[in-house]
Amino acid sequence: MDWKFSSDRAIYSQIVEQIKLFIVSGYFAKGDKIASVRELAADAGVNPNTMQKALTELERDGLLYSSRTSGRFITDDSELIASTKKEFADEKIADFLLSMKKLGYTRQESIQLIENYDIGGKDDE
Amino acid sequence: MMSENILECRSLSKNYGNVQALKNVSLSMTRGKIVGLLGPNGSGKTTLIKLANGLLTPTSGEILIDGANPGVDTKKAVSYLTDCVCLPDWMTIDELISFFKSFYDNFNELKAYEMINNLNLDSGKKLKTLSKGNKEKVQLILAMSRDADLYLLDEPMGGVDPATRDYILNTIISNYNQNSTVVISTHLISDIEKILDEFIFINNGEIVMQDIVDNVRNEKGMSIDSLFREVFKC
Repeated sequence: MDWKFSSDRAIYSQIVEQIKLFIVSGYFAKGDKIASVRELAADAGVNPNTMQKALTELERDGLLYSSRTSGRFITDDSELIASTKKEFADEKIADFLLSMKKLGYTRQESIQLIENYDIGGKDDE
Repeated sequence: MMSENILECRSLSKNYGNVQALKNVSLSMTRGKIVGLLGPNGSGKTTLIKLANGLLTPTSGEILIDGANPGVDTKKAVSYLTDCVCLPDWMTIDELISFFKSFYDNFNELKAYEMINNLNLDSGKKLKTLSKGNKEKVQLILAMSRDADLYLLDEPMGGVDPATRDYILNTIISNYNQNSTVVISTHLISDIEKILDEFIFINNGEIVMQDIVDNVRNEKGMSIDSLFREVFKC
């Protein structure tokens, strides 16, 4: 997996965010079993205690669940995954609108610019 | 009987003649942690580690390993990686492994050979024929192949390339367990801070700061590497 960490925030919260992204993007499919704490920690190059802390938080949020005997799994709850995805989208939009505001565009102008946006004549679909 | 603190210093001081290498240091480390012992050159890192190994005796105060003074018993529990190559360099890697195996009951030969193979080292070669980086790898493999309670790694990665550093960090992450603590003394902070639970800043023989890595990142919004540059600005 492709883990990236910035230096200005707690590592465990960055892990939480990245695993959420793996889930909402479908890289981790719902109901999938995930690797052990130790394997995930080694893969991300982080301390196993930090990975454990992140997974515990994701369990509390309901995005992961663990079964005492068979390991840890991604939630089956499609609605929860969809709302988590929406949260990410809202965050991106808020960031975008803030940057546009700094450039002097109104909300309406920004939306208009998105409508007309086109990369070298090709649609981005 | 297991003490909660795997390592504890109580008003620990060490003088070399007129030079005070450690001044009234009090600290404790619990089990199951990876701790960075971070400080500039000459700050007292190696002195502290040597005291924990019983290679030096305190001028005053005391240092306890699992509640006991350093001695024969604590040496079973402590795996020490020195900051210099102090092994018999005329031995081959194979010979060093059997040497360690006969020396330490808790030496895991299989683990050692697995790492030797992963790092593509030729175990038939004599230590003295290896490059500086490869010598360091062999030493680290020998230290991490013991099932110890406390690993004291003094500058474990100074001479190795970044790819091997990653392997070494992974080796540390995957080999320690909930009951053991790993202390890494280094000034290569940005390389290791992702794997640390806690850090200790030491300067001029005194503990300047001891905290949890993620606390600093949360509260100050900066990495330990940046904090170090700020605290120890020249």
